[in-house]
Amino acid sequence: MSETMFEKIWQKHRVLDRDDGQTLLYVDTHLLHDGGATAFDFLRNRGLKPRAPERIFATPDHYVSTSSRKVEEIEDERHREMVEKLDRNTREYGIKQFGLGTEGQGIVHVMGPEQGLSQPGILLVCGDSHTSTHGAVGALAFGIGSTEVAHVLATQTLWQRKPKTMRIRVDGTLSDQVTGKDVILAIIAKIGAAGGTGHVLEYTGSAIRGLSMEGRLTLCNMSIEGGGRAGMVAPDNTTFQYIAGRPYAPKGAAWDAALDRWRALPSADDAVFDAEVALDGSAIQPMVTWGNSPEDALPIDGRIPDPSSAVDAERREQMARMLVYMGLQAGTPLSEVAVDRVFIGSCTNSRIEDMRAAAAVAKGRKVAGSVRAWVVPGSEGVKRQAEAEGLHDVFRAAGFEWREPGCSMCLGTNGDIAQPGERVASTSNRNFMGRQGPGARTHLLSPAMAAAAAITGRFTDVRRLLAGEA
Amino acid sequence: MEAFRTMDAVAVPLPRPNIDTDQIIPARFLSRPREVDHTEFLFHDARRLPDGEQNPDFALNREAWRNARIVVAGKNFACGSSRESAVWALFDAGFRVAIAPSFGDIFRNNGMKNGLLPVMLPADVVESILAQIEADPGARIQVDLPAQTVTAPDGSVHSFEVDPFAKHCLLEGLDEIGLTQSYEEEIAAFERRFGRENVR
Repeated sequence: MSETMFEKIWQKHRVLDRDDGQTLLYVDTHLLHDGGATAFDFLRNRGLKPRAPERIFATPDHYVSTSSRKVEEIEDERHREMVEKLDRNTREYGIKQFGLGTEGQGIVHVMGPEQGLSQPGILLVCGDSHTSTHGAVGALAFGIGSTEVAHVLATQTLWQRKPKTMRIRVDGTLSDQVTGKDVILAIIAKIGAAGGTGHVLEYTGSAIRGLSMEGRLTLCNMSIEGGGRAGMVAPDNTTFQYIAGRPYAPKGAAWDAALDRWRALPSADDAVFDAEVALDGSAIQPMVTWGNSPEDALPIDGRIPDPSSAVDAERREQMARMLVYMGLQAGTPLSEVAVDRVFIGSCTNSRIEDMRAAAAVAKGRKVAGSVRAWVVPGSEGVKRQAEAEGLHDVFRAAGFEWREPGCSMCLGTNGDIAQPGERVASTSNRNFMGRQGPGARTHLLSPAMAAAAAITGRFTDVRRLLAGEA
Repeated sequence: MEAFRTMDAVAVPLPRPNIDTDQIIPARFLSRPREVDHTEFLFHDARRLPDGEQNPDFALNREAWRNARIVVAGKNFACGSSRESAVWALFDAGFRVAIAPSFGDIFRNNGMKNGLLPVMLPADVVESILAQIEADPGARIQVDLPAQTVTAPDGSVHSFEVDPFAKHCLLEGLDEIGLTQSYEEEIAAFERRFGRENVR
């Protein structure tokens, strides 16, 4: 019995294996968002309907306005139609939708764990690459394309070839203000943006055990940025306490039975992984990216790297190109780089703990006059909780805009974008060229670090700010 | 899905690592349904100058590569977002093959389900092919899916791996949903065995 957690979940969901190495897997939970209209078109064109609507849950996030909760107030007709189509499709087929303005609505990867839909041991898919998020509870969760979404709608199954496994061990105690975001940026900086390609990543070690559920969700969320098919963390008491009492969590005797199943999930001590990576957690510092791939991450005390230091010509050219796009000079300390905008939100960092971390930095301080700073909570639930704690007042008093839940500036599908040349300190997941709008310059960092950048108007070690040194 | 067997076509070089799907098709075009021709969205921002004019230096804008149907790129091609429209944009612009040392996993799946063959070759081989097609703009490459080979402009032949199931579907242009439905008995049996577990 030396199976990995991944292997146990895989075996449990096998419908059949073909001789050619393909396995048909049964999907426990299928999440939908408002970008999925095409899959329903595919389905209709074939005269099909969802096989198991009771296993599908939907919420609009990509195309919703973050300044209003009324569908009719979405100005762009195409965006409005995407939200309306999700509403129509879910009604037509009897699929549960957490609609705009209701308690459950939010970014789909915030909604799933918050509702207790994301549970240990399940196979969960969604037509979005950041579906890896849900692996934080000990599930096998990964993103799929529209054709695969239509396939899962029609058959509740998916063809897969078994991926490889990679164990990423992070031991040690994380320093103050070093978060799940900093850990995953440090991991990607080490393994590279393609380091996990073809693998399911399992994060282990004392530093991972010590992360809150929110921290683990952030960690697993960016597995795809390291090339990983999925990311997962073994369920433990932190997981069980997080799930207990949530709307879709098992109750009573079913809860006890679930706990028994969930406790048997972690990888065996002698389980063998196809690849192993180890990091010293105590050495990780607050991280900021400087280039156009999440692998281009540095500790906050670092300097913009010099292309002449690159290992080969290809990397040298790539670095030079990124510096031009990002408007940066080699050798400049990160702490001297000024920002124009701050975005605290996205499926990576918009949960209640993220809101609290950013508010703790904002409290009693003012956003720099040159900076426009947004806070976009990840869900209606996060928003209401934050408001109950008075965090919205803290943000507003400091000069942040407190907005309505959605994906917003992470990718700007709803029109929330930065202007060409604007530098954005962003708690999201991708610093790709044009990700936050044509010509926009994105730097990834944690919520506390983003809040610190908003206050000082430049990248700042939040620990120094809180100590009164910056 | 359109079937794919062999191709003899011009190959365009995109010699950069980590070309992400946000570059292949920017997010603001994702609300377009499949029926819309996605050709003009392909590398929409990358192929234009800040003033909106076509960048004459971008490979896809160069005359010799206008009719390219094969793209050759650096490692981790089409990483990032799961947007299937990245495949549609390439497909609608005429591309049927992408060659790279590695791909984003989701793009690779999406490609195989949409008539776009992702071919993984060793990094040094891709580097050599890139050098050849950059040195001789308009040079052609032959791709043979049944034989699983790529023939470079210099005549060298390189074998590639492809999932047998995906190969079968692509060769026949098969609809995967139809194929899965032929396993209805197995799925129904699984559901009876699995019961209501994890239904909420």
